[in-house]
Amino acid sequence: MDAIKTVGLTKKYKDLTAVDGLELCVPQGELFALLGVNGAGKTTTIKMLTGLCVPTSGDAFLNGKSIVTESASVKQMIAVSPQETAVAPNLTVGENLFLLAGVHGFPKGKSAEKVERLCAQFNLGDIFDKKAKKLSGGRQRSLSIAMALISEPQILFLDEPTLGLDVFARSDLWDIIRGLKGKTTVVLTTHYMEEAEELSDRVGIMVSGRLVAVGTPDELKQKAGAEKFEDAFVSIVKGARK
Amino acid sequence: MKMFAFTVRNVKEILRDPLNIMFGLGFPIVVLLILSAIQANIPVDLFKIETLSPGIVVFGLSFMTLFSAMLISKDRGSSFLQRLYTTPLTSTDFILGYFLPLLPICIAQSAVCFGAAMILGLTPTIHIASAIGFTLLVAWLFVSLGLLFGSILNDKQVGGICGALLTNLSAWLSGIWFDLNLVGGTFKKIADCLPFVHAVELERAVLRGDYAGVFPHVWWVAGYASVVSVGAVGAFILQRKRG
Repeated sequence: MDAIKTVGLTKKYKDLTAVDGLELCVPQGELFALLGVNGAGKTTTIKMLTGLCVPTSGDAFLNGKSIVTESASVKQMIAVSPQETAVAPNLTVGENLFLLAGVHGFPKGKSAEKVERLCAQFNLGDIFDKKAKKLSGGRQRSLSIAMALISEPQILFLDEPTLGLDVFARSDLWDIIRGLKGKTTVVLTTHYMEEAEELSDRVGIMVSGRLVAVGTPDELKQKAGAEKFEDAFVSIVKGARK
Repeated sequence: MKMFAFTVRNVKEILRDPLNIMFGLGFPIVVLLILSAIQANIPVDLFKIETLSPGIVVFGLSFMTLFSAMLISKDRGSSFLQRLYTTPLTSTDFILGYFLPLLPICIAQSAVCFGAAMILGLTPTIHIASAIGFTLLVAWLFVSLGLLFGSILNDKQVGGICGALLTNLSAWLSGIWFDLNLVGGTFKKIADCLPFVHAVELERAVLRGDYAGVFPHVWWVAGYASVVSVGAVGAFILQRKRG
């Protein structure tokens, strides 16, 4: 079964069609990157898939559950690390993690176990009692992703996870994201071409709400006749706009 | 359990903001001290501690609108609330999670204000406990206003509307600082049509032990609180659906 299958997924805002009849399949355990310039419809797609907004028409099935009619079941299996760092600023690192464990309904003992494991995985132990608002951008982003993973989601959405991070923080996060491959289905949106190429099993390119190309980075380079992935992306986007 | 985790987070966010403590607790007590000092030098009936302290308690509760609205609007402004919307928390969990933590804070704030009033000469009676209990009704109104404003305004707008406008409106139109009968006319008619003066009169009646005197004020406060609550729940659900 596909982890994600969209069927004519569409979102319209008055005259604007943000996502236009999206047809997409993502197999379980795949790391799928969604690329596109600003306004291409990536974030709207993620918002629909995570239940943050309702499709105007069409549907999507996450591990077989409809986002339209079974959103409560869908929410049990997904997690999101939003574009902006989404942490509770006045709570400590530990409290943020326990909060997410709590809202997923885990009992205290199990929550403590999960928090301990994630702190070790993300090297958060030394800042466990530090308030989130006092962390650097990179550590906040690590915490944000750790919070997303506390429910052990079957499908994880990472919206621009490394935006604004320095090269070292980005490299650390890449290691963490690579570690999820195969275990968790990951949908990643990014503006960084090298990030998509480095991390993804497959890449989807969106232009004006439509999915115009899907394939591995090598397949897309071959399709566009380009040596560099960035050139392939530019060529595909320009071609779709004509 | 799920809602409890969210509720605990909201309590911590509110109590860990020093500005909240300063305005929510410090400011009403400072006003109480200043007006009591004025009363000691130039006696005015309105500033007698048994008349003044219920007014200060209600004035202090008006800051709860600011706290709750600010918390919600900041959560909306960041991606934090969006993240929580993707969890199994329901709209009921969110609304109660924002609403309930403010109630014990309101009770604690009222108790501290009445405690300070007792130091300044308020006679300790059982009616003080009743007055603290009745603050829950007033808190319902102010916290619901916070939920409403927090759902429709951004944090900068909340600062202006709830921090400046509402606290002033509730102060001037509540009969705490001056006798509304002295102004009379349209000003008094407007004040009588709003819940703030009724909240103060309700608290004053309870503190006197005049439980028959809570009427009709209790209906005004409960009526406004009910209407605002319905509006707040609607506004919150609507902004959530908009995504």
